[in-house]
Amino acid sequence: MTDKQYTFGLDTFGDVAFHDDGTQMTAAESLRQVVAEAKLADDLGIDLIALGEHHRSEFAISSPEIVLGAMAAVTKRIKLGTAVTVLSSDDPVRVFERFSTLHALSNGREQIMLGRGSFTESFPLYGFDLENYDGLFEEKIAMWADLLKGKPMNWEGKFTQKLTDTTVYPQLPAGETIDTTVGVGGSPESIIRAVYYGFPVVIAIIGGEPVRFKPYVDLYHKATQQFNKPDLPLGMHAHGIILDDAAEATAVGWEYIKAEMDRIGIDRGWAPMSRDRFEFEIDKGSYYVGTPEQVAQKIAKNMKTLDMSRFDLVYGTGGQLEHQRLATIRNYGERVIPRVKELLGGGAND
Amino acid sequence: MTEPIIGILGAGKLGTTLARLSVQAGYRTLIANRHAVTELKWVIDTMAPGAVTVSAADLVAQANVIILAIPLSHVAALDAKTFAGKIVLDATNYWKEVDGTVNTISSFTQSSSEVVAAHLSQARVAKAFNHMGYHDLEIEVDRHPEARRAMAFATDDDTIRPTVRTVLTGFGFDPFDLGPLRFGLMLEPGSPLFGEAITTPEFQAKIDTLYDTPFGRKIVAARGERIR
Ligand SMILES: NC(=O)c1ccc[n+]([C@@H]2O[C@H](COP(=O)([O-])OP(=O)(O)OC[C@H]3O[C@@H](n4cnc5c(N)ncnc54)[C@H](OP(=O)(O)O)[C@@H]3O)[C@@H](O)[C@H]2O)c1
Repeated sequence: MTDKQYTFGLDTFGDVAFHDDGTQMTAAESLRQVVAEAKLADDLGIDLIALGEHHRSEFAISSPEIVLGAMAAVTKRIKLGTAVTVLSSDDPVRVFERFSTLHALSNGREQIMLGRGSFTESFPLYGFDLENYDGLFEEKIAMWADLLKGKPMNWEGKFTQKLTDTTVYPQLPAGETIDTTVGVGGSPESIIRAVYYGFPVVIAIIGGEPVRFKPYVDLYHKATQQFNKPDLPLGMHAHGIILDDAAEATAVGWEYIKAEMDRIGIDRGWAPMSRDRFEFEIDKGSYYVGTPEQVAQKIAKNMKTLDMSRFDLVYGTGGQLEHQRLATIRNYGERVIPRVKELLGGGAND
Repeated sequence: MTEPIIGILGAGKLGTTLARLSVQAGYRTLIANRHAVTELKWVIDTMAPGAVTVSAADLVAQANVIILAIPLSHVAALDAKTFAGKIVLDATNYWKEVDGTVNTISSFTQSSSEVVAAHLSQARVAKAFNHMGYHDLEIEVDRHPEARRAMAFATDDDTIRPTVRTVLTGFGFDPFDLGPLRFGLMLEPGSPLFGEAITTPEFQAKIDTLYDTPFGRKIVAARGERIR
């Protein structure tokens, strides 16, 4: 396991953040805040920052590639990704154009994570029928795989435009591609589809004991054999808050993570999160909330259990105060990541 | 009845999760989707080892308790006569992303399981497994080994009540008998009970306040009765 290449990322959905005095930032301030945070993450040597795409009042980022473009200008090494790009309600050709532009501007540091998205606001917004939720994704991921081949496209689909010998610009430099991954929830079908196209998967493990996801991990590896693909890296993404004081981290989580889950719950008809469930998620479940040492131990344990080579920490969930967001990023970069690597490098394979 | 043979129709998020619970419960477990057995078998052998992949037709023929874990809008295409005499646990829900933005299938006057029962008219239908998210089915069972979560069911067929209870108990839940099938309306998406993974007393308390909620008032308006 020691020769494994690990990736540690930071993800944000672009939750509108709060100033330290408790007043909420404007969406514009929030967007600039995220760019500054990417710069900090880059300085700290974090491998990747990935942005969600949302179209609702709680979130400032609806056009992640533009934000990533701004980040490209102020960072040097960090990978600039999405988590996720809702391909179903987008035009794969335009997505390709935006990412090949980002590829150029960032010197190949872009990464796209395709997903069906857990929110559906983009469908009516862009004029797509929600009942084609599955069909749209299936067709567009196939189109995306074709676009990446870099040859003039011949394409005919049910939901997408017909293309005849069409080249899409800017073309990628010869031999280069857009780094593509797929974000999944818990659908066996989604994992199989991603592997079929040879795209690495990141699983959102945002509730419950991570070990429960073992069947999905096994399916992923099994699918690579089934389709004769190289063993692709596997990642997970989860919410976290890392502060020097565990009680404070818990309090911030209760205030912001719970609030966000409850807000989403109202739309989906879920009950508000109970204190008992929240504490379970911190103790045994999927929230990485606590001190750097606590969080590092938990990340390392779950990465080992699930044989993960990538971990993305979702920070700033529910907004949070500026200093809380920055503390999480600093702790993650300075203390958690090195410690997780040490823990993973040590007692391998047990 | 004799030992249940569980047949899970649908091998997606819910179906594969229920397959694991069924195998853990020690039942002979069959599972199918619309694909060839060879296409699904390796998936099931990996995700729910112990469950047997069969064709959908074989599943319906061989199982005596069939769990519907397919989209509601696909139920109408099922060959109803092959279900004659079978116990059917209907886990389907009307879900916009899958079944269409405008619900032309079920309504407050004909709940989704009543639609299913009308189609599978010779089967013995109960509504079950529809109000808990597939992640929670396992999370909440792990999390409270000492305090089982209520799994509500509703049926018009008294003869199947004992088997339904046995199966729900075997899968790790506390069976909660709501009464007649039409009462299953209170479990549908939009209801305060939908999504709940709570204990029986907590579930009962939620039912007690259901008619203070907009969903409860809609039930009364449409049905002219307070169901339970
Ligand atoms: N997800 C949940 O948390 C949850 C919870 C409670 C209830 N439910 C309900 O359970 C049902 C399944 O949901 P899901 O989330 O598991 O959906 P899903 O992941 O899309 O899985 C649906 C499965 O049904 C199969 N299928 C469709 N039509 C079929 C047919 N006629 N015969 C056999 N298999 C068929 C599909 O396979 P092929 O299309 O490849 O054949 C697929 O394996 C839905 O009605 C949903 O509302 C879901």
